[in-house]
Amino acid sequence: MATESQEIDRYISREYEHGFVTEVQQDTFPPGLDEGVVRAISAKKNEPEFMLEYRLKAFEIWQQMEPPEWAHVHYPAIDFNSISYFSAPKADSDKPQSLADVDPEILETYEKLGIPLHERAALAGVAVDAVFDSVSVATTFKDKLAEEGVIFCPLSEAVHDHPELVKQYLGSVVPTADNFYAALNAAVFSDGSFVYIPKGVRCPMELSTYFRINALNTGQFERTLIIADEGSHVSYLEGCTAPMRDENQLHAAVVELVAMKDAQIKYSTVQNWYPGDKEGKGGIYNFVTKRGDCRGARSKISWTQVETGSAITWKYPSVVLTGDDSVGEFYSVALTNNYQQADTGSKMIHIGKNSRSTIISKGISAGKAENAYRGLVKVLPGATGARNYTQCDSLLIGSRCGAHTFPYIEVQEPSAQVEHEATTSRIGEDQLFYCRQRGIAEEEAVSMIVNGFCKDVFTELPMEFAVEVQRLLGVSLEGSVG
Amino acid sequence: MLKVNDLKVEVNGKSILKGLTLNIGAGEVHAIMGPNGSGKSTLSHVLSGRDGYEVVGGSIELDGEDMLALSPEARAWKGLFLGFQYPVAIPGLNSSVFMREAVNAQRRSRGESEYDAMDFLSISREKMKLLDMDESFMSRAVNDGFSGGEKKRNEIYQMALLEPRLAILDEIDSGLDIDALKVVSEGINKLRSPERSLIMVTHYQRLLDYVVPDFVHVLSGGKIIRSGGRELALELEESGYGWLEQDMAAAE
Ligand SMILES: Nc1ncnc2c1ncn2[C@@H]1O[C@H](COP(=O)(O)OP(=O)(O)O)[C@@H](O)[C@H]1O
Ligand SMILES: [Mg+2]
Repeated sequence: MATESQEIDRYISREYEHGFVTEVQQDTFPPGLDEGVVRAISAKKNEPEFMLEYRLKAFEIWQQMEPPEWAHVHYPAIDFNSISYFSAPKADSDKPQSLADVDPEILETYEKLGIPLHERAALAGVAVDAVFDSVSVATTFKDKLAEEGVIFCPLSEAVHDHPELVKQYLGSVVPTADNFYAALNAAVFSDGSFVYIPKGVRCPMELSTYFRINALNTGQFERTLIIADEGSHVSYLEGCTAPMRDENQLHAAVVELVAMKDAQIKYSTVQNWYPGDKEGKGGIYNFVTKRGDCRGARSKISWTQVETGSAITWKYPSVVLTGDDSVGEFYSVALTNNYQQADTGSKMIHIGKNSRSTIISKGISAGKAENAYRGLVKVLPGATGARNYTQCDSLLIGSRCGAHTFPYIEVQEPSAQVEHEATTSRIGEDQLFYCRQRGIAEEEAVSMIVNGFCKDVFTELPMEFAVEVQRLLGVSLEGSVG
Repeated sequence: MLKVNDLKVEVNGKSILKGLTLNIGAGEVHAIMGPNGSGKSTLSHVLSGRDGYEVVGGSIELDGEDMLALSPEARAWKGLFLGFQYPVAIPGLNSSVFMREAVNAQRRSRGESEYDAMDFLSISREKMKLLDMDESFMSRAVNDGFSGGEKKRNEIYQMALLEPRLAILDEIDSGLDIDALKVVSEGINKLRSPERSLIMVTHYQRLLDYVVPDFVHVLSGGKIIRSGGRELALELEESGYGWLEQDMAAAE
């Protein structure tokens, strides 16, 4: 059985595919963070006064805060003065007006990542906003979307073109003081996507943002804001990769979703930031605050995430169920391998009557990785008839990894029903042998067993990405068999 | 076809098989009987290449080819099938997805074209009829929540799909009531053919009333201590394994 372990190990330790660096002239701030840097970021983006004020206030709040320590992850303290807070490709100084103006090196980067930005070659039915380090470099299908009144643009553009919407909604779901990283993000956020779906409109295509960290020693602090007005529908997907580097890099994003009456937002993430090497060197620190507000009656917000990357992931996509009969969903697959650590889960806050939420979490650990589920289900007084169902399953591959479950349940409404189920299992030598005896080679067998385990989540992904995700999982698991 | 010669196997340093010799010709049905703990499952696993068993002597050849050098999947591609004593569940993995991949992996290994979902569906329906199985089987996860009888039926169904040249059925009768035993035995009988050899591993002779073997071997103390025809099984039923062990003790 020792031999079996070695084979599993070989299988989990396949190389990261997206680790290349793009050679492009970058305009990068020197490392360090003070009020001057915050002002400089705002100036760089030529922001209106209200944005500068927003940032300065956030910076002041952040300075009073301490980094959180409650998560089940371990890493040396981050020196926030060793990070650069802004980096953009040089050619971008006069923002590209069309794809023709985008640096060919950058277009090629996205091409290599499997995200062609030319509309002809683009994924059918998917509009893409490409964010390269601190700026958005291209957004596809903007005109087609505009015909329906859908706004899909970089947030940096929205502050100029739609200041009233930005003022009304930015920070309305994740307030600046929410947590340490949310405050940092509010002070220094670089770019991200802005989406507005007008009343009654079903967005005609999938929207997606592709985040790429390229520059060295640079943090990425993107901020995404999606507003679905009454009766509208939108499905949005985000993807992320980064080069392989020995230094850890910080990614601290904030995503805010607002669903008005009868609106539906489906937000899917395929997170594949560089996880570090087999010895645990390098990789992205992924500290993210994602929250949706089901503000109107019968609104629905659904988070689906597949997390295979990052050295450390700290992330709890949440839904505040404000509206009566609103629905919140969280479907997650988090895979950790080698020395990766993940502390992830969801929060469902029930305020509206008959609000319902579902949490399905699948954690997979291989190598020496640690995977924790942390979830909060809170039902406030008056949320009569509220219901939650939580299922969290852990799968261990090999014997040196760990899985932990931290469910918190706070029910202040007697008519509420909250159900929690948890299981932990191990990919057994017996399961692998069973598959192999039938003629299925070992790597394929692991991948089939893991895919089977994740099935309930994968069925929630948009069709276009389901196949990609199964492949990605296969790659992330390579060499994991033990 | 299968030649096992003086096979010696250890598990965690403990000697389990101590010089086992067995020859099986094409189309023959052999029964291997023995008390619990005599090494029957060990033999089944070693033949099919499971890790954790150390072969410290002897050889296993299939049509003159050394099997010991091959991985479990490569042995399966050569036409070796093991019906498990304890089939394991794989939650979430759809049975028909699993079996289609298994059949296609074997077809690929022989340079044959793969079955698409439709081809596979019609073939699998045909095989399910053989075992009087409900079609809902195919939409369930592999062995997940199956009753003992369903698991064993599923093993024979898989054998029917994979059409092996040599099938080793490890206690396919254990945990079956008499009706289930009849269905499973009928299925096995339908799969008998001049090109297919069978090894039936069992503790009880009851199975052999339904699937009548050409040869019977008694495994005890890590060796085949007696071989004979059908009548040996009946003899064992009469007198139990006790006298064999006395024989053994006398021989040592
Ligand atoms: N993994 C193992 N570790 C240690 N001993 C084992 C292991 N597997 C089997 N054995 C021992 O090998 C002997 C034969 O077991 P097995 O082949 O399962 O017998 P049978 O199938 O005839 O009941 C038994 O004494 C059993 O305890
Ligand atoms: Mg046995």
